[in-house]
Amino acid sequence: MEKRELTCIGCPMGCQITVELENGEVISVSGNTCGIGDKYARNEVTHPERTVTSTAIILGGDKPRVSVKTASNIPKDKISDVMKEIDAAVMKAPIHIGDVVVKDVCGTGVDVVATRNVEAI
Amino acid sequence: MTNYDIVIVGGGPAGLAAAVSARKAGVDKILILERDKELGGILNQCIHNGFGLHTFKEELTGPEYAYRFMEQVFDMKIEYKLNTMVMDISEDRVVTAMSREDGMYQIKAGAVILAMGCRERPRGALNIPGYRPAGIFSAGTAQRLVNIEGYMPGREVVILGSGDIGLIMARRMTLEGAKVKVVAELMPYSGGLKRNIVQCLDDFGIPLKLSHTVVDIEGKEHLTAVTIAAVDNKGKPIPGTEERYTCDTLLLSCGLIPENELSRNAGVEMSPITSGPIVNESLETNIPGVFACGNVLHVHDLVDYVSEEASRAGENAAKFINGQLSESKGDEIEIIATDGARYTVPSTIDVGRMDDKLTVRFRVGAVYKDSYVSVYFDDERVMHNKKRIMAPGEMEQVILLKDKLAEKPGLKKITVKIEAE
Amino acid sequence: MLYDVIIIGAGVSGSAIARELSRYEANVCVLEKCEDVCEGTSKANSAIVHAGFDAAAGSLMAKLNVRGNEMMDDLCRDLDIPFKRNGSMVVCIHKEALDGLKDLYDRGVTNGVKGLKILTREEALEMEPNLSDNVEGALYAPTGGIICPFKLCIAMAENANVNGVDFRFNTQVENITSDENGLWHIRTNNGEYVSRYVVNAAGVHSGEIHNMVSKADDKIEIIPRRGDYCLLDKEVGNHVSHTIFPQPTNLGKGVLVSPTVHGNLIVGPTAIDIENKEGTNTTAEGINDLIAKANDHVKNLPMRKVITSFAGLRAHEARHEFIIGEVDGAPHFIDCAAIESPGLTSSPAIGEMVGNMLKDMMGLSAKANWISTRKDVMNPENLTIEERNELIKKNPAYGNIICRCESISEGEILDAIHRPLGARSLDGVKRRTRAGMGRCQAGFCSPKTMEILHRELGLPYEEITKSGGRSNIVLERTKNQKGGNQ
Repeated sequence: MEKRELTCIGCPMGCQITVELENGEVISVSGNTCGIGDKYARNEVTHPERTVTSTAIILGGDKPRVSVKTASNIPKDKISDVMKEIDAAVMKAPIHIGDVVVKDVCGTGVDVVATRNVEAI
Repeated sequence: MTNYDIVIVGGGPAGLAAAVSARKAGVDKILILERDKELGGILNQCIHNGFGLHTFKEELTGPEYAYRFMEQVFDMKIEYKLNTMVMDISEDRVVTAMSREDGMYQIKAGAVILAMGCRERPRGALNIPGYRPAGIFSAGTAQRLVNIEGYMPGREVVILGSGDIGLIMARRMTLEGAKVKVVAELMPYSGGLKRNIVQCLDDFGIPLKLSHTVVDIEGKEHLTAVTIAAVDNKGKPIPGTEERYTCDTLLLSCGLIPENELSRNAGVEMSPITSGPIVNESLETNIPGVFACGNVLHVHDLVDYVSEEASRAGENAAKFINGQLSESKGDEIEIIATDGARYTVPSTIDVGRMDDKLTVRFRVGAVYKDSYVSVYFDDERVMHNKKRIMAPGEMEQVILLKDKLAEKPGLKKITVKIEAE
Repeated sequence: MLYDVIIIGAGVSGSAIARELSRYEANVCVLEKCEDVCEGTSKANSAIVHAGFDAAAGSLMAKLNVRGNEMMDDLCRDLDIPFKRNGSMVVCIHKEALDGLKDLYDRGVTNGVKGLKILTREEALEMEPNLSDNVEGALYAPTGGIICPFKLCIAMAENANVNGVDFRFNTQVENITSDENGLWHIRTNNGEYVSRYVVNAAGVHSGEIHNMVSKADDKIEIIPRRGDYCLLDKEVGNHVSHTIFPQPTNLGKGVLVSPTVHGNLIVGPTAIDIENKEGTNTTAEGINDLIAKANDHVKNLPMRKVITSFAGLRAHEARHEFIIGEVDGAPHFIDCAAIESPGLTSSPAIGEMVGNMLKDMMGLSAKANWISTRKDVMNPENLTIEERNELIKKNPAYGNIICRCESISEGEILDAIHRPLGARSLDGVKRRTRAGMGRCQAGFCSPKTMEILHRELGLPYEEITKSGGRSNIVLERTKNQKGGNQ
């Protein structure tokens, strides 16, 4: 049996979670305070995921960059590929919170969306 | 001189939440004064996620979180002025402000809410020896340059201090293509949230060296290298442990200081521990009708708590101008932080004025494992909560109930302390 | 172009000499290796106007110190810069050293210092309650003062420039030769300059410049004597009201504690002889030493309120005397070398002395239209609300605060950029306006000041520097590879 100690990143409490695995299967999760921790722990030991936040180029706006995020988690090992697609995006102002910046980033099925408004000038 | 019911100094998360709650409490003439060119304060540059789990039950980025409150301000038609610097607040609540458009002007405020936020401790205050070249930034300044202005300070980065902004910037600079070589932390524990160590450092293989500090800075014009060394338990560098890192950027994330120049000039009494105003249960300072909330009061880890605190300040300011905040009868209970608890906010309670539930927030002075947060009413222990871990980087709280306090007439002091058992 | 006089160095000596020479009909040029005036010793010192009791009786140093001190009121009024005679005190903390105070008093009287007085312990404590409990007596010099060294240097240079003196920045002297016509050829990284007369005001580098033209048996070795300083928050700027010195030693006047003319508290300097003439790095030992020494004379020093520490280099020479005069065997080449403390105080007198020397040697005639005064960057803090509104109505930039710690508006920064010899870097703006000099140390205002420099000077962000050279603030656009510069 394998035992893994994790720090939950689900919220700022940062619970210390212990996961027990047998042949790659999760047997038990303990130390978490809530369901988010349970889910995080199960994902983290089998297929870890992260939300990526960054900025994208925007032209014709009152700011040179618009902040963006992946609308939900993407596989952790795709962070750098996702960043490449975000860096390659060039948006035009105006843009609003939730507008899609990259559709289905890296084939993950997840969109990259704007997290702020940028007005056109 | 114009008149407003409530003038709010600062349009960041605290100011916005205070304005919204004051309006909900029925206050008509509210004015937010913001020095930047947009509302939202520091959240605009905090483009990472992790905000709002308490307030909105979903995980938002900083700009999204700010916008939730901004929308309410717009919808409620609360007045605000941008690019406006408050130059002075007087003891009788005359606010002097200035902007390009309006010049310098004075406002008579029924109540004032201080929501100016905080600033970062600069290199100078850390007494780091060495040269003073370009390439040294407080982490928040670098965050603004990268996220708002869209410029990279450099490509090879060393970070001193493991405060949250430093950790977040370690990831941010890495994602933008820089190499973050090391994060050095003077204390034997991190000043940031645990989740940020996992997802900002561990995820990218960035080493965190606890009990280390920068002992030399090289580069006459631009930074070329820094040397870090281990420190002993008094924080003094240990000879022979020096390691030199070539780099073009040094970020400092070594603590935040509430920005209270205006409060001090107004005569607001300050806590030497928090560097923020001393407030009572209504978040009111020693000057009647002047309230404080958010990072100007004490530095928070979570914006959700800032919003919650600021809402209370807004409600209480509303009560004040409506004459519902009864005058203190002078039988205030003092809250004392001791034995590991460094301070509390608030620091006094007037039971007659308190809500049914009062959240008392505090920080501990060191890392405590499997210890208890205890609350004493005079000499009687009334609360004894076990915590697996407590650290200076994470704010703690206890909740006091009005009913319980009402059962103890004559109670003089409440003590919050950390106990081993 | 053939210049009548070339001055090497735009520090406080070079700038003072330039201003004095600008009175006369002469083509004068100042060569400066840095991007701005006031970049060497002149920018990192105690910011003190010394009374003049310290220098050896009969020395040039003593004479120029006392004369410079006398000139300061009129000069600062003409140049519109702050100067305050806060008075200085040399504090004795050992009974057996009281005789030393008397010696210093006698020397001061010989040097012509006015108003000196020996204070008893009680008198000293009454004037300065935060003196050490061990105080035994003090020498009080009412003519001692505090000044802004940046503003003094910048104002003199600016005034010289308005009166026709050229300034060439980023121009470093590499070699100097003379030709058969007695003209001096100065080779620099920016081409060759030719002049009839040369003044060597190169600070810590004045030895190297001297040695380029002097005889084999007449070499000067300047020893950079490093001084570490701490600057404290304005909140504690009134911890002392006078400039507090310990009794002097052979390494100098010791660690002083003084208010600055801008309301901060300054503690320093140490005195460490080093080899590197650009070695302005502070050290942990230096700062610790400083704090220990300062506490000997002033109690309860609030060292937690330090907002910055820095180091400056004094241009020390073994004889501990200013070297001013024509170099032997190098006609028309004037040294103004080894200007260590009290160089800042002496600078107006150094300017006067070298100016008169050249006037006589060259037979210069006075300019008819010499402008003797200049206005500093305005400080709106002293205006009433009505006056300030009037100002903002005329120029809205004065309503836009950029540096919140020091309350500096965009109007002041624009003035600093667009005036003669205007600011081109963050430090240039800082020294002219104080933007970025407050407790947050430019954390908030530097992005805003960069935006203004970018807009006003057409400088790309990547070329905006802290203080010239390679001191760029940012490297490149994020996502640079993808047309992110648009």
